[in-house]
Amino acid sequence: MMLDGMEDEDKWLAEGIAGIQHNAFYMHRALDANNLREVLKYSAQMLSELRTSKLSPHKYYELYMRAFDELKKLEMFFKDESRHGVSVVDLYELVQHAGNILPRLYLLCTVGSVYIKSKEAPAKDVLKDLVEMCLGVQHPIRGLFLRSYLAQVSRDKLPDIGSEYEGIHGFLHKKILPYEFPSLWHSDADTVMDAVEFVLQNFTEMNKLWVRLQLQGPGRLREKLEKERSELRDLVGKNLHVLSQIEGVDLEMYKDTVLPRVLEQIVNCKDELAQYYLMDCIIQVFPDEYHLQTLETLLSACPQLQPTVDIKTVLSQLMDRLSNYAVSSTDVLPEFLQVEAFAKLSSAIGRVIEAQVDMPIVGAISLYVSLLTFTLRVHPDRLDYVDQVLGACVKKLSGKPKLEDNRAKKQVVALLSAPLDKYNDIVMALMLSNYPRVMDHLDNETNKVMAIVIIQSIMKNNTCISTADQVEVLFELIKGLMKDLDGTAVDELDEEDFKEEQNSVARLLHMLYNDDPEEMLKIICTMKKNIMDGGSKRLPFTVPPLIFSALRLIRRLQGQDGDVAGEEVPATPKRIFQILNQTIEALSTVPTPELALRLYLQCAEAANDCDLEPVAYEFFTQAFVLYEEEVADSKAQVTAIHLIIGTLQRMNVFGVENRDTLTHKATGYSAKLLKKPDQCRAVYACSHLFWVDDQDGIKDGERVLLCLKRALRIASAAQQMSNVTRGSSGPVTLYVEILNKYLYFFEKGNPQITSAAIQGLLELITTEMQSDSAAPNTVSDAFFASTQRYIQFQKQKGGVMSEKYDSVKV
Amino acid sequence: MVPLFQSQENIAGKISIEPIQGKKVDHNGVKVELLGQIEMYFDRGNFYDFTSLVRELDVPGDIYEKKSYPFEFSTVEMPYETYNGANVRLRYVLKVTISRGYAGSIVEYQDFVVRNYSPLPSINNSIKMEVGIEDCLHIEFEYNKSKYHLKDVIIGKIYFLLVRIKLKNMDLEIRRRESTGSGANTHVETETLAKFELMDGAPVRGESIPIRLFLSPYELTPTYRNINNKFSVKYYLNLVLVDEEDRRYFKQQEITIYRLQEETS
Repeated sequence: MMLDGMEDEDKWLAEGIAGIQHNAFYMHRALDANNLREVLKYSAQMLSELRTSKLSPHKYYELYMRAFDELKKLEMFFKDESRHGVSVVDLYELVQHAGNILPRLYLLCTVGSVYIKSKEAPAKDVLKDLVEMCLGVQHPIRGLFLRSYLAQVSRDKLPDIGSEYEGIHGFLHKKILPYEFPSLWHSDADTVMDAVEFVLQNFTEMNKLWVRLQLQGPGRLREKLEKERSELRDLVGKNLHVLSQIEGVDLEMYKDTVLPRVLEQIVNCKDELAQYYLMDCIIQVFPDEYHLQTLETLLSACPQLQPTVDIKTVLSQLMDRLSNYAVSSTDVLPEFLQVEAFAKLSSAIGRVIEAQVDMPIVGAISLYVSLLTFTLRVHPDRLDYVDQVLGACVKKLSGKPKLEDNRAKKQVVALLSAPLDKYNDIVMALMLSNYPRVMDHLDNETNKVMAIVIIQSIMKNNTCISTADQVEVLFELIKGLMKDLDGTAVDELDEEDFKEEQNSVARLLHMLYNDDPEEMLKIICTMKKNIMDGGSKRLPFTVPPLIFSALRLIRRLQGQDGDVAGEEVPATPKRIFQILNQTIEALSTVPTPELALRLYLQCAEAANDCDLEPVAYEFFTQAFVLYEEEVADSKAQVTAIHLIIGTLQRMNVFGVENRDTLTHKATGYSAKLLKKPDQCRAVYACSHLFWVDDQDGIKDGERVLLCLKRALRIASAAQQMSNVTRGSSGPVTLYVEILNKYLYFFEKGNPQITSAAIQGLLELITTEMQSDSAAPNTVSDAFFASTQRYIQFQKQKGGVMSEKYDSVKV
Repeated sequence: MVPLFQSQENIAGKISIEPIQGKKVDHNGVKVELLGQIEMYFDRGNFYDFTSLVRELDVPGDIYEKKSYPFEFSTVEMPYETYNGANVRLRYVLKVTISRGYAGSIVEYQDFVVRNYSPLPSINNSIKMEVGIEDCLHIEFEYNKSKYHLKDVIIGKIYFLLVRIKLKNMDLEIRRRESTGSGANTHVETETLAKFELMDGAPVRGESIPIRLFLSPYELTPTYRNINNKFSVKYYLNLVLVDEEDRRYFKQQEITIYRLQEETS
């Protein structure tokens, strides 16, 4: 039977519609003939189709709409007394003779609406009568639609302020309300209050019917019923909308009558769906100003709702609206303060969480998120509020194991991110005492996520963290990234993720900065302390930024050299270099010799700039030691030696002895590289160590030439080796490179480099290229060709340089 | 159209006798009777006259031409109303008899209707009652009066104190109970004159359902109690609740119906 339920329903609907059409046809005929008796007879029969119990709300609505259209015609007829010759008072009685209640009440509502329009009786009495009589229909769906019809026809006839139905004195005909309602006999003038009373009563009854719908039907149909029920909710909610449209409902009336009554019904109906929907409805339809002024009342209802009601969404909606309202105009802000909106919301949320013991933790947290969002938008200046919210959250979380629920974790992240997004300033967050305490309740993974969020916020806003204390707090916040937390299985970590995280930390370190050297030094010490605890996996990522941060400080100190007068000043370059040394040493545990070597060289250069020869020498020593002992890979060696050469070339702090030692070492290692071409290139690079193109730079032309000659020898040895092993000589690239060095020094005026030597080299290259064994190589050929072009250019350029080149023939 | 009288009225008129042209009527006297009769259908149509008044109009003689006899019954006691029931009929009739020795008498009848009016009752309490089935259904109902006139409205309400059965609807019926005869020969006929739906669907505890039933559309008579020891007509309000299995739960209450003198304005 259930299978073809839908089909049956369609059939029933079709039958119902046919019934309505059939009777409507005869009703129209009677209308045309102005035959009241027949009109009443057929309209009642037509309306009897609405008595069906077979249709779902959706289909019933279709049927209802058919009848509704017909009722409009009927109303037109009733309105025109000349057509039926019966006074509206008598008509009001006449339709009540119908034996079936549903058609009777539809007719009564229709005539009632005409009655009000006729102004022969006060609207409020008619309305009250109608709304009471409708009690006779207790069937949820039929009752809801009947009352919805009542609401519809009465909507434009409520005695609102300024409406034409306000203030009508009079008597309801005694035929209609004899004895039973004596208060109505001598009624006072209609007031807005009567309109409100009417709508409230209709609302209450409709909600009761709606709620009852749930109680009917067997359990297995529950889901279907729930769906059908929610289709009907707007019929109920419409009443609240009507209330909000009544002009006479001012704040006072809303506060004293409307809201308490509506809430009373919501609380008493004890139905989850209704409570949720109606709370939301209240929030949506009434003005924000009213909400603000009645916050206490509205909120006091929340803990009384069923424990399963999704209050958090309701409250979020409310806070959303209120915060929008607050932002809309600065004028309203004092109101928020006056009513202590924050305190009220905060305590309401506390009570709701307390009342709903079964509320999952995620619900509680998302409530706090909403409250926080509200606070941030409405009271951005009240950091204490923010901290208070976080504190409440800590209280909720404390004594519980770390969060497991993913959604809850997400909410905590949202909670913690909100202040960052708002203030764009992590420093604010660092001042919140409860901030780290919330983070403590996160599991390691989420903790990291949060740490990343914090870092991203800092990066995005270019926030500068400028005191050591703040730095300390910050590191506490992001400790998930800074060190291995208990319980993290190392092998669980994804290498890529880890790199990314640590790169973030590295970027963050650059943001820790203070112009004051003293404070900056403190910051650096704090950084160092935290970084050193990070374990060998993190050091390669975190040490370099620390070093560079320190070097930056050194450069600054160096700039204000003269000002540093006091002896006691701790922030001296020397002191910092000590720290740097220790820091780089720590890298040896990793080990990453190449990185350490680079850092040593950087430090050496900085020391050079500070005129600290022993320090620079020490760093170089360390670099060489690393090179000797740790850098084993030949490629790494090539890179390292070039770095060493490059750095050394720029050093000017060294005395002759130290310099000799270091350059000797550098050239020595260059010649000992594994591959001949590498040797060659390192050696000719060493030539620069002896010719610094500065005013008082070293200019030892002889040793330059020695280097270049040595390079040439190695190059030819390389060619021979190539001939032997591959049967063809390698490209002439090395020669061309050396030629370029020659040209450089030639132009710089090194007397040892003669045009003859250049000429010889040119010829040598040409010969090499023409030899049979040479394989053509486009790269080296092009290189040579452009070098030749360069010489040509210099020759033709004119001036001193041309003269110099004169003797060189290409 | 039938003439309408009430008790204590004078019933006067004129009886004309006109013989066929050229003939005479020879008679032993002319009289007019006013009869109040009760007719029981099951009693082979026997009449019981509870009122019988006679006016002699003429002494024996001959009538040659049209002759009129004025008559009058003054302040006639007619305590009972004309009634046409299921098993009994109460009627008033004027009977004119021209007695003749031979060929039988000539008799003519003229019915008339009597309606008697009552003043507003000085005591008219409401009917209020709590009824129920234990742990199943408890209701309290109230009708605003116990005595209603024919064009009255019944106002009231039903209050549901306990509902543990699934109700489908609730009707208010007006039932007429006509009992005739007495003792072992009593015949009772009950008729439902009105079936008025009060409630559609199943109420829950605490609901209060209004009653408003206009009596004017129904063909009621006043309540008649023990009319001449022959019959009674009583009215009852029957509150019927029907559950989803079509079981009926009902409670019947007698009400008194009376005819109220309509105000002439």
